[in-house]
Amino acid sequence: MIKVRNLKKSFGHHEVLKNINVTVQPQEVVVVIGPSGSGKSTFLRCINLLETITAGHIYIEGIDLADKKTDINKVRTEVGMVFQQFNLFPHKTVIENIMLSPMKVRKVSAEQAREKGLALLKKVGLEDKADAYPDSLSGGQKQRVAIARALAMEPKIMLFDEPTSALDPEMVGEVLEVMKQLAKEGMTMVVVTHEMGFAREVGDRVIFMDGGFIVEENVPSELFENPKEERTISFLSKVL
Amino acid sequence: MDFRFDLISEYSSFFLKGTMLTIGLSIASILFGTILGLLIGLGKMMKNKFLAQPFAWYIVFFRGTPFLVQILLIHFAVVPLFLGRTNAIVAAILALSFCSAAYIAEIFRAGIQSIDRGQMEAARSLGMNHLQAMRYVILPQAFKRMIPPLGNEFIVLIKDSSLAALIAAPELMYWGRAMQGQYFRVWEPYLTAAVIYLLLTISLSFFLSKLERRLATG
Repeated sequence: MIKVRNLKKSFGHHEVLKNINVTVQPQEVVVVIGPSGSGKSTFLRCINLLETITAGHIYIEGIDLADKKTDINKVRTEVGMVFQQFNLFPHKTVIENIMLSPMKVRKVSAEQAREKGLALLKKVGLEDKADAYPDSLSGGQKQRVAIARALAMEPKIMLFDEPTSALDPEMVGEVLEVMKQLAKEGMTMVVVTHEMGFAREVGDRVIFMDGGFIVEENVPSELFENPKEERTISFLSKVL
Repeated sequence: MDFRFDLISEYSSFFLKGTMLTIGLSIASILFGTILGLLIGLGKMMKNKFLAQPFAWYIVFFRGTPFLVQILLIHFAVVPLFLGRTNAIVAAILALSFCSAAYIAEIFRAGIQSIDRGQMEAARSLGMNHLQAMRYVILPQAFKRMIPPLGNEFIVLIKDSSLAALIAAPELMYWGRAMQGQYFRVWEPYLTAAVIYLLLTISLSFFLSKLERRLATG
């Protein structure tokens, strides 16, 4: 579903990603962990081209993102993204946030978009907040709206960029719960997170990144119980 | 000092005519200046530095030269070049629009750049193209922040329109000067003009602050 081949990314002279190779199968939940500055967020942002690719290829269902002829807007409709800072549109109500892109990009009618939006809000447990503005919501509620907004485009893949890092501790659970539900329904997910419990419980595979490389990847039980690499061991000893 | 209200009332029809033209010049220039300013602001923000350069030069020129010089140049040189002969009203609208566009372009640029990068990223990640993201996500938010500085600019524009008197566009200040010439009085014509300008700028401020409050509930 996602194939990353020899991906490199530099900001100026600073090489953030050095030769990344990853394959994500349909319905797989891949969790990316690693110290800050390891390049894990940059890697995730490359997958929907929020960062340009310096070298290498990323294939989404066979479509090469590095190809200049690829219609990136079309690819992005298939790849939902959830941000650390939520990035809800503050001038629109919750339901308008969700309806906007389906209506403008997919050309869905307002009634259909609303119906779908309300169903998604129900799914994330916020159907009573449809007409509220984002400013009046808590962080956990904002992030759940952001997830519903991404799902409204009916993506085949969901990317999560540290979705709980900006939340107060008591709100982390409600967001992870929604993500777990999504994983259970078979969504293909790539999740950058510091939530090791989530990685262990929900992840099909865990990737440990450091210094722009993938240091180690394995099923969660193996990676957490029997890390092979020195750097993985040292990182896990600090966070677990 | 005697203040001759009777002279003002005798001249009131001219003041009224002048005020109407001042309002007309201002509205037309605010409209053209805003549209032109938006285009120039977007132009200056283009990633391609080569294409963005002319827009930057435009702003440097119109911000860096006196408005009086601009309006005289446009009236006596630019308009005759295109129309064969000059026309004071056309020249005044052009000069006011061109000049305010330079300032408005910078207001637009600042407004757009003040919106968090994450807003554009979120819109793009939902599949919107750059234009859609601008139109539905960035500009509505930026516009709200731009109202106070735009209000300042529009007030400057109304006041600057008085310089159109020097190219004999028969607006408010033109009739003020004419009255001075006719009666050899200074207090009556210029105080009257000042009060009318004040009424215009206060009304505009009032309207803009109402608009700002209406947009704030959102």
